[in-house]
Amino acid sequence: MTRLYLAAAAALGVTFGAQAQTIKIAILGPMAFVQGEHHWYGAEMARDEINKAGGIDVGGKRVRIELVRADTNEIQSVPDATNAVERVITRDKVDFLIGGFRSEAVLAMQEVAMDYKKIFLGVGAAHSKLGANVEQNYERYKYWFRVAPTKDVDLARTLFAVLGSIGQQIRADLKTDTPKVAILAEKAVWTEAIVAAAQKNLPGMKMEVVGTWQPSATATDVTAELSAIDRSGAQIVFTALSGPVGISVGRQMGERGMKAVAWGINVEGQKEEFWQAAAGKAQFVSTLDTYAEVEMTPKTVGFVRAYKERYKKPPTYTAATYDAIYLLKSAIEQQKTTSADKLVPALEKMEHVGSGAILTFDKRHDPVWGVGTTAGIAVQWQDGKKVPFWPPQVKGMQPFKMPAR
Amino acid sequence: MLQDILVTGLVNGGVYALLAVGFSLVFGVARIVNIAHTAFYMLAAYCFYALLTRLGLGFALAAPVSVVAVTLLALLCYRLVIEPVRSHEAAVLIATIALALVFQELMLLSFGGHYLGVPSTLEGGLRVLGVGIPYQRMLILAVAAATLAASWFLLYRTRLGLAIRATANDLEVANLMGMNVHRVAMATIAVSAALAAVAGVVVAPVFVVDPFMWLAPLVTMLAIVVLGGLGSLKGSVIGALVIGYVEAITVFALPAGAYLKGAVALAIMVAVLLARPEGLFGVAFEEER
Repeated sequence: MTRLYLAAAAALGVTFGAQAQTIKIAILGPMAFVQGEHHWYGAEMARDEINKAGGIDVGGKRVRIELVRADTNEIQSVPDATNAVERVITRDKVDFLIGGFRSEAVLAMQEVAMDYKKIFLGVGAAHSKLGANVEQNYERYKYWFRVAPTKDVDLARTLFAVLGSIGQQIRADLKTDTPKVAILAEKAVWTEAIVAAAQKNLPGMKMEVVGTWQPSATATDVTAELSAIDRSGAQIVFTALSGPVGISVGRQMGERGMKAVAWGINVEGQKEEFWQAAAGKAQFVSTLDTYAEVEMTPKTVGFVRAYKERYKKPPTYTAATYDAIYLLKSAIEQQKTTSADKLVPALEKMEHVGSGAILTFDKRHDPVWGVGTTAGIAVQWQDGKKVPFWPPQVKGMQPFKMPAR
Repeated sequence: MLQDILVTGLVNGGVYALLAVGFSLVFGVARIVNIAHTAFYMLAAYCFYALLTRLGLGFALAAPVSVVAVTLLALLCYRLVIEPVRSHEAAVLIATIALALVFQELMLLSFGGHYLGVPSTLEGGLRVLGVGIPYQRMLILAVAAATLAASWFLLYRTRLGLAIRATANDLEVANLMGMNVHRVAMATIAVSAALAAVAGVVVAPVFVVDPFMWLAPLVTMLAIVVLGGLGSLKGSVIGALVIGYVEAITVFALPAGAYLKGAVALAIMVAVLLARPEGLFGVAFEEER
């Protein structure tokens, strides 16, 4: 009997010992979908690099990273997402949460994470309210930080900056003073601020808004919308699309031989599989993006190449889980602890040079916006390749092209 | 704008008609509300995609193989899942919902949640009344018209069609007259699933193939068959065109409310149910009993 107790005690000791040797991080994402896939890949790369180098230095003790893959299924179900967060916190006993994609789901996941006072580094959702919560109720929401992308209002700032340069090109090429813009945004919470800002700001940019079309995010047929846009004489289709409708727009614009050029956010257009999914018809579709083999930060080119080497595809913006883990590592090593309350002030003051952005946080724990730091890049599909074209001052950018008229 | 609405509504209505006729047929004959109908459409699209892009079969081979495979699967599902509970309408409804969800999850497991694109069978397009229409959409219209004509021929010019119509008119009398109503139901299921599969194969190159692609057309299809009248083929075709046009008008008249086009279709369904439960060409429920 004594032996049995000793064996049990030894086993428990081993278990506790093992627990102390790892920092558990939950990677939250829709794992059956591309967004979740890249959440996981980015995190895996960071984990392997850090563990290979000996782990994270927590006050002189090297601790390895253990990732917990949590499928939130958030594209289909918000309750599934909150259940996943609850599960990783209570059953898997994770120390930190990273990921999330769909704003509606991340808003709900944020609540669960804050209930448990867990640091949650958002990688994927853009809605402003996530950061506004921190400002309005700091004590409850201070554990939330948004790593990527920038908040919706800042996304809009980037979109308008790029739209301005595309507008200039259209003015010169088509000899028009006021380019016509059709707004095509899926009906979702994250597009609300972008649509409102576009309707308000475009006339000030000497552009005419010919109409706003809002199909469902899951629409697979937008022929009626595109037909109406074609009829309106729009020269630019300003997009805010995250769902499969982005593929339909790219493909059907090509099939219709539309002369308008699409610019905006098209999350599906950020993926390598987009060209195939759009059956090779999405020529000149352009979108805001995060990664390309350009020198956005000193780490971008190296990261993108290593990622492509390992996964045979380039990263999408949710692969910024890589940066989130390194950010966490820096904060832990600086504070010599994994205590959430001690890490929050360190993260607030940190300037982190990541693979896709140079991050500093504002009082809402949102990335401070800046061209060349967090604003991202713009890419255009040209003959099956995703070609980066903005910001022009970054080394490696190529010209933006327009459909032949 | 009028010509845009005319052309867009006609093309979209053609796709809906392909789906709605099969659904309506199986309800009219076998009295089976087959919620898994659009799941067969989804399976055919996946099958077509896999045969075409992964196995490298050409369009001419991939399309019929997909239709036949899905039809056989539908027959198997009927024998194993639907037939044992056929006398209980609610059980059939639940069983077919479960079937559709199983197929959805199987596709999610096999292909992931990726949105897949199928190359166009026909490249290029033409302009009708100043509206650009890709040839692939014209093909959909042509296939829809040919398939509907073939369905009409089968129903009104063959012995099997006579049996199907007799069963549809009065299942009990047909049974008493010595008809094998189970075999007729099987034949109807096969025709219905084949129609859904044809829709999946011709539509796949226009839409995006994904595990949830069966949901949106299901809602629209229900609205169409309620509008046209459950069990009425003529009603399904007219209902499909009406819904196709209503959706086009919604998008053109209310651009910022384009996402509401599905809701408008459902609103029509509810209105028809309230005002004329049997639909435009359906058999009144009271008469059926």
